This record gives sequence, C-alpha cells and structure tokens, in this order.
Amino acid sequence: MADLILTPNIDDADDFFADLLATHEGLEKGESDALNARLVLVLANHIGNSDVLKQALHTAALKDA
Amino acid sequence: MNKIFEVPLYAYERSPDQDTATPVRHKVIVIGAGPIGLAAAIDLAQQGIQVVVLDDNDKVSFGSRAICFSQRTLDIADRLGGGRQMVDTGVQWNTGKVFFDDRKVYEFNLQPETGYANPAFINLQQYYFEQILVDRVHELQDQGASIEIRGRNKVAAVGTHDDFVKLEVETPEGPYNIEADWLIACDGAQSPTRRMLGLDFEGRVFEDNFLIADVVMEADFPTERWFWFDPPFNRGQSALLHKQPDNVWRIDLQLGWDIDKDYEKQPENVIPRLKAMLGEDVAFDLEWVSIYTFQCRRMERFRHGRVLFAGDSAHQVSPFGARGANSGVQDADNLCWKLKLVLEGKAPEILLDSYSRERVQAADENIARSTSSTEFITPKSEMSRLLRDAVLDLSEHYEFARPLVNSGRLSVPCTYHDSSLNSADALDGPDMTRPGSACPDAPLGDAFLLPKLAGKFTLLTIDADAPDSIEEDGVEVTRLALSVKDDLTLELKRRYLGKARSGVYLIRPDQHVAARRDTYEENAFRQAIRRATGKE
Ligand SMILES: Cc1cc2nc3c(=O)[nH]c(=O)nc-3n(C[C@H](O)[C@H](O)[C@H](O)COP(=O)(O)OP(=O)(O)OC[C@H]3O[C@@H](n4cnc5c(N)ncnc54)[C@H](O)[C@@H]3O)c2cc1C
Repeated sequence: MADLILTPNIDDADDFFADLLATHEGLEKGESDALNARLVLVLANHIGNSDVLKQALHTAALKDA
Repeated sequence: MNKIFEVPLYAYERSPDQDTATPVRHKVIVIGAGPIGLAAAIDLAQQGIQVVVLDDNDKVSFGSRAICFSQRTLDIADRLGGGRQMVDTGVQWNTGKVFFDDRKVYEFNLQPETGYANPAFINLQQYYFEQILVDRVHELQDQGASIEIRGRNKVAAVGTHDDFVKLEVETPEGPYNIEADWLIACDGAQSPTRRMLGLDFEGRVFEDNFLIADVVMEADFPTERWFWFDPPFNRGQSALLHKQPDNVWRIDLQLGWDIDKDYEKQPENVIPRLKAMLGEDVAFDLEWVSIYTFQCRRMERFRHGRVLFAGDSAHQVSPFGARGANSGVQDADNLCWKLKLVLEGKAPEILLDSYSRERVQAADENIARSTSSTEFITPKSEMSRLLRDAVLDLSEHYEFARPLVNSGRLSVPCTYHDSSLNSADALDGPDMTRPGSACPDAPLGDAFLLPKLAGKFTLLTIDADAPDSIEEDGVEVTRLALSVKDDLTLELKRRYLGKARSGVYLIRPDQHVAARRDTYEENAFRQAIRRATGKE
C-alpha cells in the first residue's frame, strides 16, 4: 500500500504558502471556497492513488491527531 | 391516433378456472404483466413450465416510464426472444452533452465497444419493450406452450401455505379462487402482495420531485443526450433531454420538494417550462406528463416461503442510471432456472434462497450507484454543492474532472462475487470472468458466444479437453468446446483466458460463471455443479 507523505515535502514551504494566500487575495468568501474546492480536486487527480487519497481524507479530518 | 398503450393487448376473457367447484392448482402464477412479470413468464414457459400471468390491467405501461435498456437486458431478451426487435426498434446514441448554468461545459462520445452482439444500451419506450414481450407470449402460445395472460384479473387476497399459495382474483364477472405451487409477485412498487403479506419495504425517499414529460417533436434535434445542471430555465435544479424512437423525447425536470404536484402537471404550466428549455419556436406535442417522487428501498428478503418477489415489488431505485426495469429483468433471469430445477425435483428449495441473496446484493449495488448520482445531481449540503460545482467548472477546461461528473451511470450486471453457489476461483484468468460474473459476450466468427450459453448449464472449454456432457444428480451439463482460434479478434482469449493457456468454465443457465479452472477435473466440476444447485 502506498503511503501518504506526512513529513515535510514541499520544495519551498514559505513560497508555497505565500502563493496560496496570494491566489485567494481579493476574492469573496464564496469565490475562495470554490477555489479551494477546485484545488482539492486538482491535487487529488495528481495523486490518483486511492490508498493515498483515503489516508489524506482521514488525515485532514484530524481523526488520529 | 391510438397510442399502443391505449389498446388492450390482453383483453379479459372468461377462464374455465372461474367455473370450477374447487380452485384449480397451477405450477406457477405470476402477478403483474409489467416487464418483469412478462420476462419471468416467458422464461418459464420456454422451459416447459406451465405459467399463468394475472394483471389487473389489459394494456402495456401507460406512458413510457423506462426508456433506457442495457446490454445485459438485451442479452437476456435475446434468450427470451425479442432482443433483436428491441434493438431494431430502439435508438442508439453516443454523443452526450453536459451543460452547467448557461453554457455547455463539455461533450463526450461513447465509442461502442467492439466484440459484443448487443450495444451497451438502447433507448426504447417501456410500452414497446412490453409489447414485444406480449407478442412473444402469443408466439409461444401458438407453438403450444402453456402460458396465458389474464387481463383485468386483479389479485385481491393472497393466502400462503407451506407448499402452495391461494389467491382470490377479482374480474369484471366476479371473483374466483386459484392456487399455485409457486407465486412470483411482479406487481410493481406498490405491490399489493407485499402489503397483503404485511412485509417490510425499507429505504429512503429523496426529498425531490421530477416532472417527466414525453414530447413529440418534428424538429431536427440531434440524437444525443443532454444534461443540464442548474440551467437558467430551471434554476437550482437539473434537466435531461433524451431521444426515443418515433421523434419522442424524454424530458426530466427536477422541481424540488416543496411544490404543488397537481398544479405543475397541468399542460398550461408544463408547456412554458418546456418552451424555455427547447426554445420558443420549437413545435412539440405533449405525449405524456407525470410527476414522480423517487425512492430507494428494498425488501429485506425477496423470498417468503412459496412467494418470490421480483422487480419493483422487491426493490425501487431512483431512475438515474436506468436500473429499475434493467435490474428487474435480471431478477427474473436469476430466478427462473432455479425455480425450474426445484419444480422438477432436481434441486432443493434452499436454492431459491440464493435468488434472494444474490439479487439483494444487486439491489444494494444499484441503490448505492443511483444514490451517488442523485447526490451529485441534487447536492444535499452547501459543501456538496460547492464541490459539485467545482467538478463542473473544472470539467469545462480539463478532461481529468469529467469522470467525476455523475448524471447517471450506465447499469452493468452485478457480479455475485461471494455467492454460495460459486466455487473458489481456480484459474489465473481475467477479473471480468471470475466466479459470480455475468459472462461477457465474445465474437466467434460470424456468430457470438452468448446465444450458445443460453438457458442451460454449460461447460465451456477453451483449448481444453472434457467430456461432451456430464450429469450430476439429475442436473445435465453440456460442453461447448472452443479454441482461441475461433475468434481472430482475440476477445475470447482476452475476456476468458488472459494469461492462462486454457480454461474450463461452468456456466449457469443465467450465463453467470459458477466455477473455472485451467483444465477439466471431474471431481472438482461435479462438486461445482452441486454447489451451483444449492446441494453443498
Ligand atoms: C419516470 C421513470 C423513468 C424510468 N426509467 C427507467 C429506465 O430508463 N430504465 C429502467 O430500467 N427502468 C426505468 N424506470 C423503472 C421502470 O419503469 C420499473 O422499474 C419497471 O416498470 C418495473 O417493472 P415491474 O414489472 O417490476 O413493475 P410494473 O411495471 O410496475 O408492473 C406491475 C404490474 O402489476 C400489475 N398489478 C399491480 N397490482 C396488481 C394486482 N393486485 N393484481 C394483478 N395485477 C396487479 C400492474 O397492472 C402492472 O402491470 C423508470 C421509472 C420511471 C417512473
């Protein structure tokens, strides 16, 4: 079973986070929510593997945290 | 012009059963001459079992209701007689368009898969489907088969006994009683039989109403399926346009929960809605309008002693994905060979419990699939709607999102993967033909495989030796000897062997795989036959 990466893995964490905020800048709440929803789908498709996706959903729900 | 659904096809006639002092006992009585009752009766009669169908009406389905019939249904109809005619009468389409808000987000092309005798599905009015089956009943009668449909025979009471069922039937000339060794209740979603026996029907109602209209258009509309999410002419709801034969178009408009059904059904209120959808200048006639509240539910078990439930009486699904009639026809297909063996004393009655188990599994699968479609079409929460809309917005620009769009999935047969009738898989073969699967068709030169597997137990050997026939405890199995060379397109190999060099399949009369191995081994197959007939 493929494992979800839960150790730091983003090339440049600060840059990414700044880009994420910048993408949302100036958007209404509804538009931002829609953007997040699209982002989830884009990333999920990139991952593809259903084991990893299941673990990601579980992790995001903070079930074991 | 009289529509076919306005013409009595099996008018009331007095039966000698109405004039006997004691009730006449029949082998099998089927209640309901809908698609499922007709399929079951034909199946039994073709196999030499005496059957009487009772229906409180004398015509085919009023209005079209089901319009989409799947490949599996057509394969079964081929065996019952009528499949060819359904395909010839029906409409095939392969372009679908998806609209969101005021724009087309994408279109898709379903390329027909090759190597199957029947198309993946056809659109055909339910009344034609039933009419073809009624014609087949008459043809069987002409050939001397013991099958009859008694129109305007309404079952008013059902009395169950250990080894028979007694019915009270109302006719225009008064009531009479009859009996049957076995009763198949195909009396629809409101099943009076189910109610009279006080049986459960659990599930959920979707809080939504749909306006279903069949319109006749002379206009040159393309033969495509159009689905709208949240269109300007039906804000916040969905709409579907689908082609049927004779220039009839099916329109489904979602209306929401809080509506006045009688008001919405009036032509003066329906027509403006349709004009907003089709365009002001498109000329059309309204053939049939109805409003439905869809439900998903099933009985806990489909067998209650000598009473067997099949079709909508046993389970109901929302119509997205066309699973009602399609799954009901498969119920009949699953049931009839088992009932025949039991009636002939060649299998124990418990074989019929496997009918219930296998078809309950199928019903659950169908309910789950159609529920996913319903939830995509009608998001239940703000977040479901947000995610749904995100899928649709992305699908306009990116192919990856399109498989997530769910406006109804094609109905495919259930694989009874853990059925007690299966033997353990002993072939390193393809997943699509593992025990429990419905056999996929394959080309054999000018012919096809499935018609050769019809209605009896078959030992299919592919490049393997085996005896021409085996008999195990009264059950006869005939060999069908093939070689991968019989199919130059290699679909037979791809679908039945995969990496294996040879294969031997035990195939049930309903064309589901019961067992498979790489070579014939007598003991293993004898045991597999016993398992497949409820003896192990
Ligand atoms: C709008 C709509 C669209 C649909 N689209 C599709 C689709 O595309 N594909 C699909 O597969 N399914 C579809 N369905 C579902 C499909 O119509 C049903 O699943 C199918 O008709 C069920 O067949 P049946 O024989 O079980 O019951 P029915 O067709 O309901 O027949 C029951 C019969 O029993 C008779 N009966 C009832 N009570 C008695 C009694 N007391 N005595 C004697 N006779 C009695 C009735 O007269 C009737 O003839 C759709 C349904 C609707 C409403």
